[in-house]
Amino acid sequence: MTITNYLVLAAILFTIGAVGVLVRRNAIVVFMCIELMLNSVNLTLITFARSTGTVEGQVIALFVMVVAAAEVVIGLAIIMSIYRTRRSASVDDVNLLKY
Amino acid sequence: MNEVVPASVPVDGLLSVAWLVIVLPLAGAALLLLGGRRTDRWGHLLATGTVVAAFAVALACTLALTERAGRTVSLDLFTFIDTGNLDVTAGLLFDPLSAVFALLITGVGALIHVYSIGYMAHDPGRRRFFAYLNLFVAAMLLLVLGNSYVALYVGWEGVGLASYLLIAFWHTRPAAATAAKKAFLMNRVGDVGLALAIFLMFAQLGTTSYAGVFGSVGLLAGGTVTAIGLLLLLGACGKSGQFPLQAWLPDAMEGPTPVSALIHAATMVTAGVYLIARSAPVYDATPTARTVVLAVGAVTLLIGAIAGCAHDDIKKVLAYSTVSQIGYMFLAVGLGPVGYAAAIAHLLAHGFFKAGLFLGAGSVMHAMDDSVDMRRFGGLARKLPITFVTFGLGYLALIGFPFLSGWWTKDAIIEVALDRGGWSGWVLGGVAVLGAGLTAFYMTRLMLMTFFGRPRWEEGVHPHEAPASMTAPMVLLAFGSVAAGFLLVAAFPLSGWLEPVFGEPEEAAHLVSPLVVSIVVTVVVALGALTAWLFVGRREVPTTAPARVSPVVTAARRGLYADTINESLVMRPGVWLTRALVWLDARGVDGAVNGAAAALGGGSARLGRAQTGFVRSYALGILGGAVLVAGALVAVTA
Repeated sequence: MTITNYLVLAAILFTIGAVGVLVRRNAIVVFMCIELMLNSVNLTLITFARSTGTVEGQVIALFVMVVAAAEVVIGLAIIMSIYRTRRSASVDDVNLLKY
Repeated sequence: MNEVVPASVPVDGLLSVAWLVIVLPLAGAALLLLGGRRTDRWGHLLATGTVVAAFAVALACTLALTERAGRTVSLDLFTFIDTGNLDVTAGLLFDPLSAVFALLITGVGALIHVYSIGYMAHDPGRRRFFAYLNLFVAAMLLLVLGNSYVALYVGWEGVGLASYLLIAFWHTRPAAATAAKKAFLMNRVGDVGLALAIFLMFAQLGTTSYAGVFGSVGLLAGGTVTAIGLLLLLGACGKSGQFPLQAWLPDAMEGPTPVSALIHAATMVTAGVYLIARSAPVYDATPTARTVVLAVGAVTLLIGAIAGCAHDDIKKVLAYSTVSQIGYMFLAVGLGPVGYAAAIAHLLAHGFFKAGLFLGAGSVMHAMDDSVDMRRFGGLARKLPITFVTFGLGYLALIGFPFLSGWWTKDAIIEVALDRGGWSGWVLGGVAVLGAGLTAFYMTRLMLMTFFGRPRWEEGVHPHEAPASMTAPMVLLAFGSVAAGFLLVAAFPLSGWLEPVFGEPEEAAHLVSPLVVSIVVTVVVALGALTAWLFVGRREVPTTAPARVSPVVTAARRGLYADTINESLVMRPGVWLTRALVWLDARGVDGAVNGAAAALGGGSARLGRAQTGFVRSYALGILGGAVLVAGALVAVTA
């Protein structure tokens, strides 16, 4: 069992997430794609932690989860309030903050 | 000449309060300027009183000085600057040279204060006038009594300021304001020289006290001494209106006449002669600088005399005469130890008769409704008898009429010049004799046009003699004009009195016997006077200056093109340089700064367009950046 499989899987997940963020308009989907990217990174961290026999990677992964949870709370609240005012969850419609 | 500054003896008695001479007029000036309108009624009397008191103190100090061994007193007053290697003590040096100057300044100054009481009686700015006059006297006394070049410089700038304020006293007249600015600027050119000389002394010797500088001037390299000498000469030229900085002095006549008499004839303009005479040990060590002094004196005495011949403004003629006479003094100090006493004697005698002449001119202007045009004078001898007699005595003294002041002192200078020997002696002597002839010409012309002939007065002018407060100083100065030369040269030889400063007077071996010199000079003077009579006295004087004249007369009228030369050589290139610098500043420096700002602003505005408000494009940017960083890391570690 090599770590390559885990890393390739993590890379595939990260790419799916990144492409999703770039191409999808629905804020909820974009949000989920971000979560996917975060978790692919978590997977990488855990993989390396296991292979080197240290705990730092696992600790960081726990931190990421906590931060992701907090982020989800705030992000969803923002999406909710935007939806209430604009009747839309498209990220392209929220483009007033610009030059 | 080795023991130039004798070791000073502890000071006690009257001489320890010699500083009162300076403080009295200074306090007068401060009181009048700070007191404001409250002092209007009695301010002029107070100012006159302070100068008279200063004269009394100076006289008492001089008498006390005669009884002291070495006749030199040095007073340390307080530490002026004390920082690091720089240590300047403010002190006074009361020796025969500064004593005669202090007496001249306070004596003539007091007379001119008295005269001004009458002359400025109806001027609304009388208090201000007397305050400035007091300020001038104080600064001039500091100039001659200071015991170091720094003290001299403080006084030097003080008299420059007072001169500026007094030339521009009637500052609402554009001509006066311009003349004051011109005088100030040209003086500044000279002052830069003096300041640089003082810097050189600080740098090379670490001291500027006369004792310190003269004691160690022999240790300096020849080039340094010459530089100091030439820079001091530049300062002297600026202050004394000598070539090439002579053009300001005639214009300075825009000031009130008592100012012309005191500052621009008797005292301030002779400060340059004082500076060079005081710096005798420096010039003893540098024949080059001394020769330049000589040349400046000779050139200036001719320029002044030639320009004086063609002017119709009575004060300008006297001003050019002053320039010319100070040229004589420069010539004498340039001749070295044999000439110092002659120069100082001529300076003192000149102080008397030229101040008297200016006061007489003021009296004439007073009678002629402030007109200065000699072509509209004439026949004033009968109307202004006291002015005529006093002015006439001053005139005779100036042209060197036998046994009057100028005859004693000017002949002494001519003798010393001829004694120099060689071709330079003959040239200098010839120039001096020629100058004497020209002096006789322009002064006789002035006398004839003013006091003789048919009256050519303008309508409504009724000449009347001036009040007693004006005539009394004129009479006293006339006595001085008659007697000063005899007293200074023959009765109480100045060279003996000045011996502690300049060393033993040398008994010169005369190349040409003094009798011959005297006869030749007198003949030349008589010829000059006769020529003037042929030109002016014999025929009617036109009331307007003839327009069709020879190029020589045109040149003389324009002061030998001094202004033109200054303008084309200094002023215009200066203006061009300024314009070029302004252009460079506007286009070059400002252009670079403004251009950078514009480029940055424009670039930011364009870059700002990238901020579209679309979240997904931001995400793409972040991703691209992250890929770049990751790629770079891989590239580096691989």
